[in-house]
Amino acid sequence: MESESKRKKESPNTAELAVTASFPDEVLEIVLSLLTSHRDRSSVSLVCKDWYRAERWSRTQVFIGNCYSVSPEILTRRFPNIRSVTLKGKPRFSDFNLVPPNWGADIHAWLVAFAAKYPFLEELRLKRMAVSDESLEFLASNFPNFKLLSLLSCDGFSTDGLAAIATHCKNLTELDIQENGIEDSSGSWLSCFPESFTSLEVLNFANLTSEVNTDALERLVSRCKSLKVLKVNKSISLEQLQRLLVRAPQLEELGTGSFLQDLTARPYADLESAFNNCKNIHTLSGLWEAVPLYLPALYNSCANLTFLNLSYTALQSGEFAKLVVHCPRLRRLWVLDTVEDKGLEAVGSNCPLLEELRVFPADPFDEEIIHGVTEEGFVAVSFGCRRLHYVLYFCRQMTNAAVATIVQNCPNFTHFRLCIMTPGLPDYLTNEPMDEAFGAVVKTCSKLQRLSVSGLLTDLTFEYIGKYAKNLETLSVAFAGRSDRGMQCVLEGCPKLRKLEIRDCPFGNEALLSGLEKYESMRSLWMSACNVTMNACRRLAKQMPRLNVEVMKEDGSDDSQADKVYIYRTVAGPRRDAPPSVLTL
Amino acid sequence: MERLLSFESDHLKATELRLGLPGSDKPSVRANNNKRASSEISQESKSNSCAFNAGDDDERDSAPPAKAQVVGWPPIRSYRKNTLQVQAKTSESELCRGMYVKVSMDGAPYLRKIDLKVYTCYPELLNALENMFQEGYNGSDYAPTYEDKDGDWMLVGDVPWDMFITTCKRLRIMRGSEAKGLACV
Repeated sequence: MESESKRKKESPNTAELAVTASFPDEVLEIVLSLLTSHRDRSSVSLVCKDWYRAERWSRTQVFIGNCYSVSPEILTRRFPNIRSVTLKGKPRFSDFNLVPPNWGADIHAWLVAFAAKYPFLEELRLKRMAVSDESLEFLASNFPNFKLLSLLSCDGFSTDGLAAIATHCKNLTELDIQENGIEDSSGSWLSCFPESFTSLEVLNFANLTSEVNTDALERLVSRCKSLKVLKVNKSISLEQLQRLLVRAPQLEELGTGSFLQDLTARPYADLESAFNNCKNIHTLSGLWEAVPLYLPALYNSCANLTFLNLSYTALQSGEFAKLVVHCPRLRRLWVLDTVEDKGLEAVGSNCPLLEELRVFPADPFDEEIIHGVTEEGFVAVSFGCRRLHYVLYFCRQMTNAAVATIVQNCPNFTHFRLCIMTPGLPDYLTNEPMDEAFGAVVKTCSKLQRLSVSGLLTDLTFEYIGKYAKNLETLSVAFAGRSDRGMQCVLEGCPKLRKLEIRDCPFGNEALLSGLEKYESMRSLWMSACNVTMNACRRLAKQMPRLNVEVMKEDGSDDSQADKVYIYRTVAGPRRDAPPSVLTL
Repeated sequence: MERLLSFESDHLKATELRLGLPGSDKPSVRANNNKRASSEISQESKSNSCAFNAGDDDERDSAPPAKAQVVGWPPIRSYRKNTLQVQAKTSESELCRGMYVKVSMDGAPYLRKIDLKVYTCYPELLNALENMFQEGYNGSDYAPTYEDKDGDWMLVGDVPWDMFITTCKRLRIMRGSEAKGLACV
């Protein structure tokens, strides 16, 4: 292992020697190894050849935001000592079924390269990658030091793959399975952890539905003394949860199972005391089907909560308000819109430290429903929670004035994702476009990094964005804009733009081609259901060889139209694993 | 551009035949449903005037699109969408159809059905059961029991009413001797 870190030294010329002699490479490597931020490391590697060398030898973690921007070969050649890899694959709109199946982003080729070059790989974090059971088995068998597996929004694997991980990864500390398209055939994978296995610190299988063997789970929890995070699935009942809590009072993050059971008075008291005994819980989630009756068992635990995730719990405003009174230290809150404006008012009144709020719709597709949250709830939170900087808000109505008030109260937004669920809906009070709302956001929130816009928007919104959003990195646009000018304003005006995703907007070739030079400084551009033609895409591809220009054709559409376009910078050239529906130009 | 939505044109609306006073046409803006009742009238007239002014170059933008479902919109992950849909269906179906459970009484020739949602507390329910099984139902000889979601037979009255109605699958009015055994537990 140590021999890998020796490297061949080029003989520097005397002038260089005079400058660098005071700073031996070994020292430089040690200093650089203290740098953890990927961006800092990228900057460091650009300083000079020596620093580039030192940086590459000392880097142990790598983050690849687009798996096609680089190849496994290039990666392993540059960085010989990687222990931790984070890979993101498909474009974000694949979460919403806009990307054809079998699009790509398969992890397997990476694993094969890692087995050869990084046999001591410890951590793998994947987002939107295609992962097969075969790949999981390969992972389990080829990396003896493997410690951490995190899968978010991935698909292609089943519980058989998890069984392989549980069986073979003797040093596993973290297994985190979140919101994946997993084929859940049985819960027997959990029983595959050997009796001798005690290293687990994080276990999250909330995503899965099959019943696991509760005895096996209890024994696992009992013997893993370092377990800090436990998020169980719906099949675990309240009584079973109580038994688990008793065995793991050191837990810091808890995902409850189904919070529903016939409990007579005595087991209820046991549940309450089990929760009270877990004095370190700062994060709580799950609570599927929570009947309000049992929530008081949590009240004492809520005093120390910093993150409460109720996004799968349909609580009404009254029940929720009663709970939130007990959560004064809350910093992050995820809820369903069943709590309504009244529930959010309670948040404003009780959670002054709140920094992040996400409100998800309980019934996103039922348009006759007249509840959920409105602009009033959001405004109420902004008055009470001045530290708010991250919001994701799904609602059915909004006004420009409300948004102006919100950002006046909370000028520190870094992430502002507002989804007015009816496409193209104007300010419901004035019937005007929502341009001024987002104008207020970008004018007031100078630290804004991520913005999602919605509602009726003209090009004016994009003029504002281009003029004021100087720190903007990610922009999501849907059903908005009037002409190419809108997109052009953004491409010309936002110096830090990295990801731009656009759907169903009247932006065409002129807009697309106006960003020619810009795209190389960005991670990716997505445009679907816009006015872009194949010819324009071909021109772009021809002029910019370091971009991959991929077009996804839909059946029966006009041959000259580019229905879905995905453009990204890459040093790996065009990819060779695209399915027939994806054309690389 | 082929959009997956159909858009209403205000010009079409203007020529539409309908009953009603001129200028009183109800806007199709869905947001009106959410407006507070008191301001509805002023908003209707406001949106009438705006409807023709806004978006003169692109009439599609002056009225929101019709209610067709759009692929991938609202932007919610499939996993969350599927999970919530299942939960919503189960709770909705319970709410809408009432909570009818079978009631049997030991010795009675046939069973009955009652809607638990009609009652708000145990005394009301027990009263109703007494009325239903008048002959032979003498409170002291019989005990009302129920089968819960786990399949266990429980004595009626132990748990709070709200929990009871969500977990009760059927009722059985048990005869004296057996009932005494249960009451001792």
